[in-house]
Amino acid sequence: MESEKHHGSLKAYVTGFIASIVLTIIPLLLVVNHTFKKGTLTVAILGMAICQLFVQLFFFMHLKDEKKPRYNAMALVLGIIFVFTIVAGSIWIMSFNEQVH
Amino acid sequence: MQQSITPQHEHEHHESMKVFGFWIFLMTDCILFACLFATFAVLRTHTDSPFTGNELFEIPGFTAETFILLTSSFTSGLATLAMNKGKVKPLIGWLAVTVLLGAAFIGLEINEFMKMVSEGATISTNAFLSSFYTLVSTHGLHVSVGIVWMIAIMIQLKKHGIQSVTKRKVQVMSLYWHFLDVVWIFLFTVVYLMGVM
Repeated sequence: MESEKHHGSLKAYVTGFIASIVLTIIPLLLVVNHTFKKGTLTVAILGMAICQLFVQLFFFMHLKDEKKPRYNAMALVLGIIFVFTIVAGSIWIMSFNEQVH
Repeated sequence: MQQSITPQHEHEHHESMKVFGFWIFLMTDCILFACLFATFAVLRTHTDSPFTGNELFEIPGFTAETFILLTSSFTSGLATLAMNKGKVKPLIGWLAVTVLLGAAFIGLEINEFMKMVSEGATISTNAFLSSFYTLVSTHGLHVSVGIVWMIAIMIQLKKHGIQSVTKRKVQVMSLYWHFLDVVWIFLFTVVYLMGVM
């Protein structure tokens, strides 16, 4: 009983799979049909990629089912901080270089 | 009573510590990919007319790769589900499906790279392509390692069946596979979709 609760169910996997398919098709259609201007489009597709990250984390990687204390989730938060700092920091600092647009 | 429970409990604790260790590895791998993504984001405009993402990337190709990898993430989830029910045969079966999907993904990616190279877009052509090949092939290499790893686990499962060690191995393996799927989603969005925009 406990192990079933701990590792998700078929329903959770199918829901996660359908959600990830939908979250892939929508940005693809948006880009192919040139629905929005470039700026809006970029924000929209990045937003959907982040949604999909959470789908994978909760439906497939069972982040929510972890027992307390939640060390795995803490490691993940630290990882996200690192990734954000590296990516956003690099883009920001390189924007001062006039050769890079 | 106390004595009969303690070793078992300790063992489980040990296995869960190993899963935690793997999460830490995944986060360091995140840092690797973050560096490559940052490089790509900075260099993606450093290219000239015939070699832009718009000219080079083919929508059917990378869409197929995306759906194959998404499906393989799902099938590796089904494998863990079969494992939790204690069924070895479906477990190995779903792992085999995942391996085949992973191999199909790698095949498509190699095909894509060969096409681009034959058009003259090699890793040394310009900065955009250098960062593109480095980023995408690092992911491809991870998937290839995952395929070998998964085959090794399938052999171990056949030999030893489902017990706490092989269980943890499958669990860690599927975390790795879902992680690669997440990385690909950002590749699909940042490299390919924003490339053809």
